[in-house]
Amino acid sequence: MSTYRPDEAWTALGDGTRRAIVERLAERPSSVGELAADLPVSRPAVSQHLKVLKDAGLVVDEAAGTRRIYRLNPAGVAALRDQLDAFWGRALTAFQQTVERPPEEES
Amino acid sequence: MTQAQSSVLHRQIVVDAPIERAFAVFTERFGDIKPPDHTLLAAPIAETVFEPRVGGHVYDRGVDGSECRWSRVLAYEPPHRVVFSWDINPQWQVETDPELTSEVEVRFIAEGPDRTRVELEHRNLDRHGPGWPVFSESIGGDGGWPLYLQRFADLLPDAA
Repeated sequence: MSTYRPDEAWTALGDGTRRAIVERLAERPSSVGELAADLPVSRPAVSQHLKVLKDAGLVVDEAAGTRRIYRLNPAGVAALRDQLDAFWGRALTAFQQTVERPPEEES
Repeated sequence: MTQAQSSVLHRQIVVDAPIERAFAVFTERFGDIKPPDHTLLAAPIAETVFEPRVGGHVYDRGVDGSECRWSRVLAYEPPHRVVFSWDINPQWQVETDPELTSEVEVRFIAEGPDRTRVELEHRNLDRHGPGWPVFSESIGGDGGWPLYLQRFADLLPDAA
């Protein structure tokens, strides 16, 4: 699974080419070939950088036909969603307790 | 598709109360039902006010008189529906840029005279981040990446 690892992410982003790759993926998901066409590095080099970024949890990939498309890891949004889901779960439970309490018991 | 699904969350609950009472309790007593450990003010909260009109705000008032407006009321249709913005960023601070806020819709559906289903949808969560789209030329400078990474890490509950 793609887990974000802060320490590895710091190391991964210490490299200028990898930062450039991340910035391009922020604009749009891309294949290795598309990234190599935009950057002054070879396809094998791009692949190697993507492996480092993927191991650090910064990017994820998926098959699209014969190609693999790389995109930024949406785990940040997912983590926020989990946090808010817990928030609303607790809020609705408290709501139920409040609304079902007989009115005369309300302070 | 994964991205779209992760940017919305749904919750619902069925309560033994008439729809009018369910709506009134949710809006008038939101301060009582909100988990108490989530607060935007330094001072303890004296009350949470849900202004019952479109264009109103939801705000917390601290015991020291400080106020924090953390939501705009976007729809107010008692006893059926209310929509309000979520102007709180992932660091649990007020977000002043509406483009970076999400919204919450709550619908109340009568299932009987004394039974109400409450459906909650919190949508557009992707507008809050994780901050990838806010890249700029400054990203390579001293503030860019460290700030960005901290923001991303803060989103994750188990990241130290």
